[in-house]
Amino acid sequence: MSIGVVAGVPGDVETGGAGGSAAREGASSLRVRGISRRLGPTLAVDDVSFDVADGELLALVGASGSGKTTTLRIVAGYEPADAGTVELDGRDITRMPPQRRDFGMVFQHYALFPHLSVEENVAFGLEARGVARAARLARARAALAGVGLDGAGGRLVQSLSGGEQQRVALARALVIEPRVLLLDEPLSNLDPTLRRSTRDELRAMLRRQRVTALFVSHDQEDAFAIADRVALLRHGRLLQLGPPEALYDVPVSRTVAEFVGRATLLPARDEGTHVVITVGGVERRVRAVRASAARPGGEILAVLRPESLGFTPPDWPGAWPGIVRARRFAGGHYAYRVQLDHGPDVEVAAPDQLADEGDHVAISIVREPVAVVDA
Amino acid sequence: MRRPLVSIPALVLLAILLWTVAYPNVDVVVQSFGQGLGYWREFARSPADREAVWTTLWISVASVGAATAIGLPLALVLARTDFRGRRLVQAAATLPAALPPVIGIVAFLFLYGESGVITRAVQALLGRRDPPWTLAGGWSIVFVHAYTMYVYVYLFVAAGLERYDYAMDEAAAGLGAGAARRLWRISIPLLMPALAGAMLLVFMSSLGSFSAPYIFGGGLRVLATQIVASRLNGATGVAAVETTVLAVGAVAALALARWIEGRRRYTGQAKGGPRPPRQAIASPVLRWVMTIGAVVTVLLLILPHAMILLVSFARDGVWTTQVLPPEYTLDNYRHLVTDGALWAPIRNSVLMAALATGACVVVCGAAAYLLVLRRFAGRRVLALLVALPWALPATAVAIGLASTFNRTDPRTLRVLLVGTFWILPLAYFVRGIPLVTSAVDGSLRQMDASLEDAARGLGAGWWLTLRRVVLPAARPGLLAGATLAAITALGEFVASVVLYTHANRPISIEILAQLRDFSFGTAAAYGVVLIAIVLLISLAARLAGGRATGHRATVYSAEATT
Repeated sequence: MSIGVVAGVPGDVETGGAGGSAAREGASSLRVRGISRRLGPTLAVDDVSFDVADGELLALVGASGSGKTTTLRIVAGYEPADAGTVELDGRDITRMPPQRRDFGMVFQHYALFPHLSVEENVAFGLEARGVARAARLARARAALAGVGLDGAGGRLVQSLSGGEQQRVALARALVIEPRVLLLDEPLSNLDPTLRRSTRDELRAMLRRQRVTALFVSHDQEDAFAIADRVALLRHGRLLQLGPPEALYDVPVSRTVAEFVGRATLLPARDEGTHVVITVGGVERRVRAVRASAARPGGEILAVLRPESLGFTPPDWPGAWPGIVRARRFAGGHYAYRVQLDHGPDVEVAAPDQLADEGDHVAISIVREPVAVVDA
Repeated sequence: MRRPLVSIPALVLLAILLWTVAYPNVDVVVQSFGQGLGYWREFARSPADREAVWTTLWISVASVGAATAIGLPLALVLARTDFRGRRLVQAAATLPAALPPVIGIVAFLFLYGESGVITRAVQALLGRRDPPWTLAGGWSIVFVHAYTMYVYVYLFVAAGLERYDYAMDEAAAGLGAGAARRLWRISIPLLMPALAGAMLLVFMSSLGSFSAPYIFGGGLRVLATQIVASRLNGATGVAAVETTVLAVGAVAALALARWIEGRRRYTGQAKGGPRPPRQAIASPVLRWVMTIGAVVTVLLLILPHAMILLVSFARDGVWTTQVLPPEYTLDNYRHLVTDGALWAPIRNSVLMAALATGACVVVCGAAAYLLVLRRFAGRRVLALLVALPWALPATAVAIGLASTFNRTDPRTLRVLLVGTFWILPLAYFVRGIPLVTSAVDGSLRQMDASLEDAARGLGAGWWLTLRRVVLPAARPGLLAGATLAAITALGEFVASVVLYTHANRPISIEILAQLRDFSFGTAAAYGVVLIAIVLLISLAARLAGGRATGHRATVYSAEATT
């Protein structure tokens, strides 16, 4: 082993990142071990394992068809697992029906009962638990106030906006004080502005109530904003599990590096704690970090994030010359696409407008260490 | 909304329905006031009429209860659980619908009547001297109604379950609701539009039921039989009052049911959880109970058909006091095909049912489309006109048509149809209108209204939108409605008995004629032919529906993988 390894052993998908997660130090309340599920010819979930600690927010992220929703449905009890177990506080609940799990679930399309009023929807779980009518309606109203919907109790769910429906669904799931809260794409039906504000509110609310939550999202930005840790799934397999920074800065594989954030992957030469990247005959030696030990004799790739590259004077040691092909303003910074001479296109992030399209520039690595993955 | 073209088809539809549905009934009401309030006073003073009103009401309510008690659990169990024999029960569940009323009643008489096969078998088993029961009176009518009409509840609820948003059940389960609570608080309220439609259909059918009270009523009077009795006695004025009372009562009930239904109508979201696979029953004891229950159910459902089949081979005129017919032959069937006079009713029924169903599909498909997806002046009138024949008993429809189309008079928009071939297809068409419209309406309501706009937004013209978006959404309803309309028309008896001529006499009338001649074998052979035609139609509809279901299953499994 030569390059600095952050966590785990070869083949392990769990990475800690800087300092690990505070939440992970708590007792593990939900344990998922080796679950698999075949849907027709497809292995929708393939030997997936993870833990969710008390009060932790874990996100399952992946593209369509990655198995994240099926995993969530198995945890919720709506879908049986062909193999593996789901444990809650050390108790095997794999075969327990959903109504006995004491989980709250927020569905992608909210699944609000159209024949019940807003407060009746929220009170439904309490009704199922035998709470008297007056008490459950009072608690439903309090829960609605908690999500900023005071006074909306008597309305019909059809009269609510998408954002309001989302909050009713959340109130309905939270009012039963669930052991674990499950959220299936809870933000996917909201417009972008509402989505950003709801995202922050959601995290604050879940944090405040110290709810253990597992949520599914196809949007990594949502997942990174809300979750303590993120599990990345692809083709039913768990590729990496760790804090958002770990997935971004220390991806375990090329697939993770390409899926999470933006990156240019360049071939590199392993030199112990460093790697050497050569473009157009110009060598650049940088410190490297990797999630697991290198495959002996295997090719490796350096993962260059836009922020780890910057414009430098052309005579800077190890600078690569290139030409600016495109530039776009991305909010707080500019994103440049630079075609390196005798090399590939790379993406560079810069705080200011430093170059125009067509300008000849020099690019260098300005932030170390650089993540390395097997080719 | 841009809807400039809506008014022309809407006007045409309104004109057709005003002429065929509203006009004849208004004519009957006008007749009831032919002597001022004279006929009405006569009606109010008659104890027989009071008895008829009360009996009609309680029998109808009891029939709704009994049909729902059978049809609703059956649909839910078949859609949600898996057990040995499920497919068999599913296949047999609609058998009573394949038994046209007159044939069903004849079969019940052969089976459960005082000298019926089952009655005699039970009598022998118990060693009794008298029959253990008599199939006469109000509860016998309810029994026959429940057997024949639970199919409406079963079919409507099963169709509702096809588009049911199972995420609702999952959400309720996740919130801690057990199976019973989910059923009572979520499933049944969400299925209420379908259930209310079906219960309404049972109520209206019971209200206007003629054959069952006619055969099993004993001395019991109901309004439908009372109307025909009054007309036969020459009291057409009182018959018009009775018809009006029955029609107004039924329309009031319809309005009430519509109001309830309207309050409980929800847009099907159909975007939540996929339809879960049927649950296998875990308990071995319950599994056996279900399997035995399935066998008994299938036997009970098959028995009337089997009885008709058996008697259809009985030589005419030799079955008298024996438990089963003593002699069997193929002659009954041979005669149906070779004897032109015996073949004519079969040809008539098929032709008239086809004409009526074709007209229903076109008119009702268009009406349901306009009602669900368009807004236009006269929409409420159209909704009322398509629902009206639902409330109107067949007797009332027939009497209205008979008194309106009995002469040609362009000034009063009358055309002579009574005594011609066309009067029966017209009657069948009018009776089929609510069946087809409500079925298509139900399907279209489940469609997201924005789909049509989406198709147009993608550049599709009205024809492509209709063919690729609206018709596929309407298809389950069109199939279910057309099947029901065709089946009803093929075995129609009550309107036919008032309106038929010798030339267009349908099978049901011929069966009664054969029974009157004690030609039980020939009558039953007609029954078998009728059942065979009905089964063929049901099979074709199921095949067509099955293809659609297969397609949906593919879509669901694709969704489930994400």
